[in-house]
Amino acid sequence: MTVQTMLLALSEGFVTTLAIFAVTIIGSMPLGIFVYFGKVSRIAPIRWIVEIYISIIRGTPLMLQLMVVYFGPNLIFGVSLPSNWRFIAVAIAFIINYAAYFAEIYRSGFEAIPKGQYEAAEVLGYTKVQRFMKIIIPQMIRNTLPSITNELITLVKDTSLASIIGTMEMFTRAKQIAVAPHTPGMWAFVAAAVFYYVFNYIVAIIMAKLEKKFQY
Amino acid sequence: MKVLELNNIEKSFGDLTVLKDISLSVEKGQVISIIGPSGSGKTTLMRSAAFLETIDKGEIIYNGNKAAWMEKGKAVYQKNLKPFKSCFGFVFQQFNLFPHYSVIKNLTDAQMVVQKRSKEEAFSIAKELIEQLGLSGKENYRPSQLSGGQQQRVAIARALAVKPDILFFDEPTSALDPELTGEVLKVIRSLAEEHMTMVIVTHEMAFARDVSDHIIFMDEGFIVEEGSPDEVINNPKEERTKAFLGRFKR
Ligand SMILES: Nc1ncnc2c1ncn2[C@@H]1O[C@H](COP(=O)(O)OP(=O)(O)OP(=O)(O)O)[C@@H](O)[C@H]1O
Ligand SMILES: [Mg+2]
Repeated sequence: MTVQTMLLALSEGFVTTLAIFAVTIIGSMPLGIFVYFGKVSRIAPIRWIVEIYISIIRGTPLMLQLMVVYFGPNLIFGVSLPSNWRFIAVAIAFIINYAAYFAEIYRSGFEAIPKGQYEAAEVLGYTKVQRFMKIIIPQMIRNTLPSITNELITLVKDTSLASIIGTMEMFTRAKQIAVAPHTPGMWAFVAAAVFYYVFNYIVAIIMAKLEKKFQY
Repeated sequence: MKVLELNNIEKSFGDLTVLKDISLSVEKGQVISIIGPSGSGKTTLMRSAAFLETIDKGEIIYNGNKAAWMEKGKAVYQKNLKPFKSCFGFVFQQFNLFPHYSVIKNLTDAQMVVQKRSKEEAFSIAKELIEQLGLSGKENYRPSQLSGGQQQRVAIARALAVKPDILFFDEPTSALDPELTGEVLKVIRSLAEEHMTMVIVTHEMAFARDVSDHIIFMDEGFIVEEGSPDEVINNPKEERTKAFLGRFKR
């Protein structure tokens, strides 16, 4: 195997890695808002359910959660699953997992907003929705951006966990290349490391730009 | 004409009754200062008038329209308080400016979003206030880039921008360094000269005496004594008023 074919194989894996990353963000960041609302809900049973969910997600490894989502439906219910189930399972597990963490981040972001901000908007006559959208959300975003950056950098690295159920993302590819005969071996891992590093570097730059934009 | 009437207000937090049968009325153009020891209920009274606290008993009337009244021994509120919120402006001790908005946006946003004024109108009102309160050149600054005194002047401008009938101040200079209180008091003084209707909770006795038409001394949830500045501050009748004012003499 030449260096070119190795890089090509890794790039293919990288596309899947990127897809896991994107799908997780698109799914878990909005879902996290709803989880947060559940957590502070006035209805006690909703709060309990959300508490239990968050505590299970935080208390168990993502790798295990991936296995449960991937094998669970078949092992428990005996259902046969579509051919692309592997990627769907990865998406579900990652979204459910990251939503719990984002909910916690949002919570601290909301809690950091002084009561006076709500009161100032209230006496000025803003409706609850206007107050939330115009006054509270922008401050919450700014409060949480540093934590979100951390979370995204963790996510870039966590995508490699999808390898445990055989997803053909970059880490799985690197492993295959490294153990196959007549390959650049160790260099596959080095190349993969560079991919991850550069990816995270770009994430960090974008987030720094965003943080600057929301700075006040 | 009465801009605000509070009749027989009662308010408790749990077992603690903080306001006990408080009545006061504010005439158009009048400046009233509320003084009294810490915990006497001054802030709670003002927050109740601004609907930031819910009263248990009594009436709240703006310009002759009832916002809250008694029904079956309890205070009930008008369902839609929005029209009443345009009657007053509130200046907080901690300013509470919107940190993510520039000065100009702090002054125009509510005008456009709540009062539904056009952008042109909102900006021209804001620009006039910026000039009037000595904030020229700061239009595009964020609150964090301003001194405490400037921030409080922006907060006063924000409250004035909606063109309220009455302005409430809750210790507007208490969060400021002593050298910055002067500029804020000067602004309030000039508003008084223009006959802006105001209710001011303050610990600045000399200021209260100079600027007010009427002074209310509160203690433990009651209005203990009220009258002209001369009556209340220079010649108090009640022992509790004398004791309180004695602390400010040196
Ligand atoms: N949200 C609240 N919950 C419970 N008790 C409260 C609340 N707000 C105020 N109190 C109590 O009500 C009483 C009156 O408080 P208030 O803030 O109105 O006093 P104040 O006259 O403004 O005092 P200060 O001069 O210190 O500002 C105090 O005993 C205070 O502890
Ligand atoms: Mg107070």
